[in-house]
Amino acid sequence: MSSRLAQGGRLIDRGAMREFTFNGKRLKGYEGDTLASALLANDQVMMGRSFKYHRPRGVVASGSEEPNALMGIGTGGRFEPNQRATMQELFDGLQAESQNHWPSLEFDVGAINAKMSRFFPAGFYYKTFLWPRSFWEKVYEPIVRQAAGLGKAPKDKDADSYEHLYAFADVLVVGGGVAGLTAALEAGRAGARVLLLEQTAHWGGRAPVDGGKIAGEEAETHVANLVAELEAMPNVTLRLRCMGAGVYDHGYVLGYERLTDHLSDKSGPRHRLWRIRASQIVVAGGAIERPLSFAGNDVPGVMLASAVRDYAVNYGVAPGDRVVVVTNNDDAYRTALAMKAEGLEVPVILDARAAGGGALAEQARAAGIRVEAGKAVAKVLGAKRVTGVEVCAQNGSGSTIETVACDVVAMSGGWSPIVHLWSHCGGKLIWDETHAMFRPDPDKAPTGADGKGFVLCAGSSNGALLLSEVIVDAGRAGLAAAEAAGFEAPVAQSWQVDEVSEIPLAAVWLMPAGASYDKRAKTWLDYQNDVKVSDIQLAAQEGYESVEHAKRYTTLGMATDQGKLSNINGLAILSASLGEAIPQVGTTTFRPPYTPVSMGALAGQGRGETFQPLRRTPIHDWHESHGVQWEPVGHWRRPFCFPKAGESTHDAVNREVLTVREKVGLLDASTLGKLIVKGPDAGKFLDLLYTNMMSNLKPGRCRYGLMCNENGFLIDDGVVARIDENTFLCHTTTGGADTIHAHMEEWLQTEWWDLQVHVANVTEQYGQIAVVGPMARQLLEVLGTPNISKEELPFMAWADRVVGGIPCRIYRISFSGELSYEISVPAGQARALWEALYEAGHGFGVAPYGTEALHILRAEKGFIMIGDETDGTVIPQDLNLDWAISKKKDDFIGKRGQQRQHLALNPDRWKLVGLEVADGAVLEDGAYILDAGDNDKGQRNMQGRITSTYYSPTLKKGIAMALLKGGLSRAGETVEVTRLGTTPVAAKVVEPVFYDKDGEKQNV
Amino acid sequence: MLLLECPCCGQRGEETEFHCGGEAHITREGPGADDAAFENYMFERVNPKGVHLERWRHVHGCGKWFHAARDSATLEVFGTYAAATHRPPEELLETIRAKRPGFKWRELA
Repeated sequence: MSSRLAQGGRLIDRGAMREFTFNGKRLKGYEGDTLASALLANDQVMMGRSFKYHRPRGVVASGSEEPNALMGIGTGGRFEPNQRATMQELFDGLQAESQNHWPSLEFDVGAINAKMSRFFPAGFYYKTFLWPRSFWEKVYEPIVRQAAGLGKAPKDKDADSYEHLYAFADVLVVGGGVAGLTAALEAGRAGARVLLLEQTAHWGGRAPVDGGKIAGEEAETHVANLVAELEAMPNVTLRLRCMGAGVYDHGYVLGYERLTDHLSDKSGPRHRLWRIRASQIVVAGGAIERPLSFAGNDVPGVMLASAVRDYAVNYGVAPGDRVVVVTNNDDAYRTALAMKAEGLEVPVILDARAAGGGALAEQARAAGIRVEAGKAVAKVLGAKRVTGVEVCAQNGSGSTIETVACDVVAMSGGWSPIVHLWSHCGGKLIWDETHAMFRPDPDKAPTGADGKGFVLCAGSSNGALLLSEVIVDAGRAGLAAAEAAGFEAPVAQSWQVDEVSEIPLAAVWLMPAGASYDKRAKTWLDYQNDVKVSDIQLAAQEGYESVEHAKRYTTLGMATDQGKLSNINGLAILSASLGEAIPQVGTTTFRPPYTPVSMGALAGQGRGETFQPLRRTPIHDWHESHGVQWEPVGHWRRPFCFPKAGESTHDAVNREVLTVREKVGLLDASTLGKLIVKGPDAGKFLDLLYTNMMSNLKPGRCRYGLMCNENGFLIDDGVVARIDENTFLCHTTTGGADTIHAHMEEWLQTEWWDLQVHVANVTEQYGQIAVVGPMARQLLEVLGTPNISKEELPFMAWADRVVGGIPCRIYRISFSGELSYEISVPAGQARALWEALYEAGHGFGVAPYGTEALHILRAEKGFIMIGDETDGTVIPQDLNLDWAISKKKDDFIGKRGQQRQHLALNPDRWKLVGLEVADGAVLEDGAYILDAGDNDKGQRNMQGRITSTYYSPTLKKGIAMALLKGGLSRAGETVEVTRLGTTPVAAKVVEPVFYDKDGEKQNV
Repeated sequence: MLLLECPCCGQRGEETEFHCGGEAHITREGPGADDAAFENYMFERVNPKGVHLERWRHVHGCGKWFHAARDSATLEVFGTYAAATHRPPEELLETIRAKRPGFKWRELA
């Protein structure tokens, strides 16, 4: 059984007991424990069930590479799935639950999948669920979703807060082991601004566990000395529990700091996302031990050799009483020696190398441990816990020589440098045959804006595995980084290192070398996604030769651990199956983040009200206090309508429309884009921008204009007013204010830079109020507005006037077909003017109206709306707007585009018509107009679609605008219009102007 | 996230401050152009692995458009220059020639 040792544990405080629960069971651990070490101390080796086969799984590793021990941590708004127990520090009140089992961790129904594993090979989903297609949505997917998946998504809103922090460094060091500390020290001494990040809660990494002496001191003491010196340097910042998550272009790095995950007190931000710009980055992330591939290597109790000694040395926990060590290298002997030193049994060390190990093997023998060279694990015995191993020769097919009883198998297949951060931004790797590992190619570093490398690897990340090599390499990297960042670097300090020598490993990718299919089908590569050696071999056999294809076909390395333990082993199996060398097959792409980061950290404070800015018109608050129903329009809020007490939305909209048609309404039009175009060439410029002529517009007059892109498609419309010889005011749609401003700037700056024109976006500088309806003029006259008769201020003219004591500019323009004055005032006066108009309008029955009434009013008049009648593929000619396209101008944006065969010259284009249904029903928005026959997919042919459809309270019937093949040449025809879930309805093609066809009402 | 320097205001900023406007130095074809020339103007773009000339706008800064010469593979930025020009300054071309001997971009070399 696994248990707490009577003494030891350099990271725990035995005086500080901590209580936690696991699957509702109350357990005890110590301050300094991880959840994994505390569970092991409580003999809870099995920590989860696997993804596909629901096999019992125990903890394998002791760090962030852990694939199996994934837990749901916390409850309610603080519940988070898929948290690695090895990285979760223990605190009082911690609540953890295991995942992917039903009804319980110990007894799981889904485990039947494992019995069926022969029927779930690689690519099973692709192969099986393709047919019949209709079964996917209703049958296969619900079953697969129920059975698969790791943690459950949280249901409650995240109760925590998160924050972002911007930081700058000359030298950023990622990883706080001896390599990172040494590199930071050298860079710090050179005077560089250094930031050092360590993802765990402790400095020093593996060195204090693995032994060796530096400058005559134990590693732990040496680490403490380094940290003390670094902390005393004003130019060095150190951060624990902060992971270097990703390296991006030009020295941009994301750091992920966990602030309260280890505390009972959850107040304050939970995570902090560091957004770092570094001149140079030193990656000192260390290396990850590789599992060995033998049958049953996923049974709880099979662990990485380094993890077994970590639990003993760091946490005073014995993962078991009898530990068999199986290895292809010298380093794993340290585990055997550590176990023996704790008084535990080590029945045998199986060394796959025919010649056995070096000096450490001698030490093991001297300690009385049996060492077997050229031997391997044939098979692990046990289901929910290791009970023993069958031993065989490494060469051959795996006939059992003997059976050894044990409850832990400590395995080591060698070490893989953590090259992720090196590779994120394009650093290349080379295959190191001696150590059987990929390590950074120093000649192919990721390059920055200056074309020079900005990432260096140090220590084990760079492929230096011995302590003495690590320290020399790290000192070199720290100095080189400081130098590259512009600091004069002295010579690196040299340290006396005492360590045990090691002889090279032998690459072992399958154990035994000639394992039979039965064994390979029980030999796991990717624990998290349940990918076996046999799956990779099948993928290769089926032609998935590219490593990227084999990955996707088998899902190797695609789980939350991103294949930290499995990728190299899987790659080796693939290359052996293909008969190619490992470096020829290559690795899959390393992508950030290094380990998963919370969505909350990425969002930071940008959620809820601060997710995006809200644009308010100067009259926003008045609307708010008068029962407005809002409509989001871009970042703006515009009134949709103003329902009175007890009034439905529909009734409110109809009332607002009728108020405008019969009396007078007020519209807050402040969001309309207002661009001032000024300069001696302003007219010339607008002639190029608009399809119609603007340069001949007289000061004091207004003209409706259309804007297209170079393709010829309509992008915006609005009324242009000429203010004086050199100045125009261009109104754009609400959504177009910023984009059309940018459009104008782009053409002015990048194409017609010889034109003397300036553009200013004054949308927010002015409020605009439309006073609309037959009584509009009377209302303005009540407020003492002079000279606004038809003769003094005619339709499509503008003039400066004083309304209710407020100086204004009035445009006689109409988007409703009624008598209309659009009044523009400096934003600060808009609310006062609005209130004055509202007060003065009481006698006329004035009412504010919103965007829905605005839409109905314009549709009754057949006025188009950008975004309804247009969708980026509609030319003005499609909307019968030929009258607004100048034939006199040599050029305008879109003129050449419209000349293409399939556009203006095509008689079959869908063109604007009106539609009416006999009984006055309202057609459905977005409905299609059916044509005869079916297309080659057996779908009904279409000949048009509805673009706007409303109930018109003015006409007391439904009205619709549509694009129909052939357009108005088909007036009087009856067409079929689709309805969702029922039969099509007949509609008659009519003129799209439903009300006041001659425009008499607006021109009064 | 690239770092770029705006040649108009002189500010060095992160990519999020800027907006990329695609390939640089495209000649506009208007009315009178034949279909092939117009198609080429509208739709044909180079996609080089290596030296590339691009249009950028300092959209969250001074608002000005400019040009950037950079390496699409190594992300090296050779330089930025004003928008109102039909080709890169000779000095910048010299820099690119020195760093990428024999480079070709459209008809530039």
